[in-house]
Amino acid sequence: MTDHKKFVTTASGVIQHDHNHDGIDRRGFLKCMAWAGTGAVFVAEAGVLKSTALGAEVGSSRKHGNRLSFVQISDSHMGFNKPANPDVVGTLKAAVDKINALPDSPDFILHTGDITHLSTPEQFDTVDQILKSTNKEVFFVPGEHDVLNDDGAMFRERYFKNSKGSGWYSFDKNGAHFVGLVNVMNLKAGGLGNLGHEQLEWLEDDLRAVKHSTPVVVFAHIPLWTVYPQWGWGTDDGAQALSYLKKFGSVTVLNGHIHQTMQKVEGNVTFHTACSTAFPQPAPGKGEGPGPMKVPADQLRKVLGITDVNYVQRRHALALVDSSLA
Amino acid sequence: MLNTRTVLFALGSLALTLALVLHSRTATGQAAQPTTEIKVDNFTFSPETLTVPANSTVTWTNKDDVPHVIASTDGLFRSKGLDTDDHYSFKFTKPGTYNYFCSIHPKMTGKIVVQ
Ligand SMILES: [Cu+2]
Repeated sequence: MTDHKKFVTTASGVIQHDHNHDGIDRRGFLKCMAWAGTGAVFVAEAGVLKSTALGAEVGSSRKHGNRLSFVQISDSHMGFNKPANPDVVGTLKAAVDKINALPDSPDFILHTGDITHLSTPEQFDTVDQILKSTNKEVFFVPGEHDVLNDDGAMFRERYFKNSKGSGWYSFDKNGAHFVGLVNVMNLKAGGLGNLGHEQLEWLEDDLRAVKHSTPVVVFAHIPLWTVYPQWGWGTDDGAQALSYLKKFGSVTVLNGHIHQTMQKVEGNVTFHTACSTAFPQPAPGKGEGPGPMKVPADQLRKVLGITDVNYVQRRHALALVDSSLA
Repeated sequence: MLNTRTVLFALGSLALTLALVLHSRTATGQAAQPTTEIKVDNFTFSPETLTVPANSTVTWTNKDDVPHVIASTDGLFRSKGLDTDDHYSFKFTKPGTYNYFCSIHPKMTGKIVVQ
């Protein structure tokens, strides 16, 4: 399997142009600003995760066996109808069409929250209906827009009757361990996203039983790493959660919320944020605020960006992987 | 003779007119008092600190394309999710300082000072 791993810094590589020395790939999100209506595909072989833009060739990896492949979509904001995208149904359907057109069908879908814009049953129904045509199992975590009026009661009733606390859970798929976290509830005035003591304790306990060689994927709505605290793009106790992940060889953290791709590698952990299927938001500090950003209509769907995924093997710093898996 | 009634009516009209004039003066006087409106715009409360006399009703209006939730930090009041142009009002009866924030965008904070 090792021959499938390539350590290449590509033109779309990660953290190549880190002029601000904060580990954030600004070229990555510039691309993404013109990229909506898409998701990212992840393919893991031999414990290595990589991603590619939806619609790009994934290559046929199925023949190699022991394969894990899934799609991350995020921030569908069903019910949003403002100029930044008057047709969020259309763009979510476009994302689904891309998933269905993948030559190598993914095993399941992760939705990293803000499924709806206003937490109404009708908005949840619409998304469920649209995603049904993928015939894939979908794993959700809530965004703050999904828990507006009831602290997430409706969300849990729909998706996680048996989840813990405010809705966190874990599962194993094809040799990888997945953890869905909730960081959009019980937020403190002046603060960022929040996991809370109870969830952190559960996480520490949950990971205790997982072998250190097992690839771990952690997904949550708000970035668990600090992207831009001035706009609330981070999680107050995210570092505590990440400290439990240090012992694992391969950790991938997938988030949404900021409506643009951003990637960072820190030790054994690869951080990645997904684009929205609904509307873009400005790059950190580049607009007046973190709200919906209007781009020319023909740009909204047309340009598909690339989500390269990076990973780190053992302790090698900033090892990057090309999107070609062949 | 005709017209006790007419006279009375006229007097009544005069009284009514006076009352209206007086009332509108009072209304003008009220309008000159500090505003009790808070605009929620671009993820900011403006004004961020609002000072009002006791028994004022403060109204928040969301001018953003995304919803906000007005919540006092001590749990005294909390709105539903306010969509674009939705309002939320709360009456402050007792003097004091009331800190609040948006419970889904907690970086957004504000303060009502009731005198
Ligand atoms: Cu808000």
